[in-house]
Amino acid sequence: MILLKKLIAAAVLLPGLALASEATFPLDQAPDYTKDMAALQNGARLFVNYCLSCHSASSMRYNRLKDIGLSEEQIKNNLLFTSDKVGDMMTVAMSGKDAKAWFGAEPPDLSVIARAKASEAGSGPDWLYTYLRTFYKDDTRPTGWNNLVFPNVGMPHVLWELQGVRTAKFEEVKNPHEEGKTEHKFVGFQQVTPGTLTPVQYDKAVADLVSYMTWMAEPAQTTRKRIGVWVLLFLGVCIVLTWRLNASYWKDVR
Amino acid sequence: MSFQEKQLPADASFGDKALNWIDARFPLSSTWKAHLSEYYAPKNFNFLYVFGSLALLVLVIQIVTGIFLVMHYKPDANLAFASVEYIMRDVPWGWLVRYMHSTGASAFFIVVYIHMLRGLLYGSYRKPRELVWLFGVGIFLCLMAEAFFGYLLPWGQMSYWGAQVIVNLFGAIPFIGPDLSLWIRGDYVVSDATLNRFFAFHVIAIPLVLIGLVVAHIVALHEVGSSNPDGVEIKNTLDERGVPLDGIPFHPYYSVHDIFIVTIFLLIFTAVVFFAPEMGGYFLEYNNFVPANPLKTPPHIAPVWYFTPFYSILRATTSDFVYWLQAGVAAYVALIILRSRLAKTCKIAAAVIGLLVIVGMFIFDAKFWGVVLMGVSVMIMFALPWLDTSPVKSIRYRPDWHKYIYIVFGIAFIVLGYLGVQPPTAVGTAIAQVCTFLYFGFFLLMPWWSAMGTFKQVPDRVVYHPH
Repeated sequence: MILLKKLIAAAVLLPGLALASEATFPLDQAPDYTKDMAALQNGARLFVNYCLSCHSASSMRYNRLKDIGLSEEQIKNNLLFTSDKVGDMMTVAMSGKDAKAWFGAEPPDLSVIARAKASEAGSGPDWLYTYLRTFYKDDTRPTGWNNLVFPNVGMPHVLWELQGVRTAKFEEVKNPHEEGKTEHKFVGFQQVTPGTLTPVQYDKAVADLVSYMTWMAEPAQTTRKRIGVWVLLFLGVCIVLTWRLNASYWKDVR
Repeated sequence: MSFQEKQLPADASFGDKALNWIDARFPLSSTWKAHLSEYYAPKNFNFLYVFGSLALLVLVIQIVTGIFLVMHYKPDANLAFASVEYIMRDVPWGWLVRYMHSTGASAFFIVVYIHMLRGLLYGSYRKPRELVWLFGVGIFLCLMAEAFFGYLLPWGQMSYWGAQVIVNLFGAIPFIGPDLSLWIRGDYVVSDATLNRFFAFHVIAIPLVLIGLVVAHIVALHEVGSSNPDGVEIKNTLDERGVPLDGIPFHPYYSVHDIFIVTIFLLIFTAVVFFAPEMGGYFLEYNNFVPANPLKTPPHIAPVWYFTPFYSILRATTSDFVYWLQAGVAAYVALIILRSRLAKTCKIAAAVIGLLVIVGMFIFDAKFWGVVLMGVSVMIMFALPWLDTSPVKSIRYRPDWHKYIYIVFGIAFIVLGYLGVQPPTAVGTAIAQVCTFLYFGFFLLMPWWSAMGTFKQVPDRVVYHPH
């Protein structure tokens, strides 16, 4: 029994231990616009304009954008930069080798990035939403940009014209866990030059973009949930029927 | 003996004639009777007894969805990841088939773990059902192999590095290890060659063995008859027709009962498939949405949840822990010699094996003993029918303190599973080590504790309250 008590005590302590792992930049919660067609279309526009120059989304077909309310003509005329057929995949012209030479790392394919970036810290969309909003000017980096969520990232701040140039302020604070050591702590951004969007507009634009990427990571997700409701309702009716069927047989068993 | 066909009257219906024609050539009616309509199962089953049927259902789901996945999946290191996304996007209903298959894998383990727990609680493995249990453990091993091989196929980071870690474990075996793991992989790292052979095992080899074992499991069960929560043999009290008084035909009573539970199961299953197919990263791990990259090791490699109790035992076996294991082995051998009624030769054999293991623990790496311990933690289940020496089968008639032993064992198993998901910490490892001792203690000390205490009187007939 003592062992049992110890185990229970250990089980109570465990969640605390799990949290004690290294601290990373806290993620903001991404607004979910995956059911808002206008937001998704704006996100798709931002995606093909800003992301698709370096990143591919090689599992995504252009004409799948019909699912977010665009016509084939609209896709062809406004979004088709890297290819000439709407049935093509969102590939990228830049070779992986060049990318590695220019940025130090090959830009990852973005087809399912919104699912891949989920962790205990937050959902994949949360990560993307925070990441795209925490770039700052850092002249020590080859691209001139750094990021709070992904320190020393190879990617420059592609949306800088929209957000404007910002620097980050850091303070040296005492490390609460280790005596005599200091920590590089982020205290805030400083706007150097304004962007074409206000901060509120910028956040909305990023939210649209992230919602698009979330939708793109699983285009069937809305269909899935819609059908799921009917399947559950159907099974709910089945349960009542099979329950009564079972009861009618078992009433004979004594 | 000449061929004889039963003569039916001329006005018999077409159906009767057709059945008669078949029965003369194939045991259709007799098989139906033997396994369903005249297979007498105890009437006092509780809901835990439905998980065998559910396991069969999940097996069918996995086979059917698996066939459709194979139609579109490409077992090629360059194409595999993209082909899964192709299934998710371009194949009509491909996302549903894939989610059913991925959810089915986890569902299979949930169902089978509960099925095994039921066997444990009510002594379903006891004489005369030892073979039923052995075939069942064989099924569990196949299931683990099936899950392991299948998990490489999406070719994500977790697929890749999980396979890398597990195959490397074989490398810890002294002398032959490195060559053995090379032989398993077919390459120096997990690669296209590995993917192809894992695919072959996942879709052909293991399923064939699995289905064979499932048939053997059911045939063996129907030969001796089902046990029940009271552990009473219903065949001991028969009516004048030779039918067990406490037995009811499986069909229709348990078939309608199972259909009812199946609809509840499907409700939960489809709720996951349609609304939470990733199940918070437990059924589909987030890192597996990143394509496999042999040059980039993920910071934290964890197997899928259903393997983590055993993985935790592996990880708990640090070089410090080996001393505890040596002490444990020595104490266990002493226990066998002093407190068992085994033959002298058995005791000598136990002493020799114990000594070899203790010496071996000085010679070989702790990693090797971790692999051994992990293997034994699964294999030890084969010995269960011969470890349990209690005079009653069911937990209902055991001393109350036996229940606490089962609870401690259950908690140890769950804690091991939880720790296996988490990154290793010093405290976590220490807890896992305690749980490892509890896990093995449960089985290895069973010959002694299971016979101790005051047992309750087992009734002659099953206890049944009509619904």
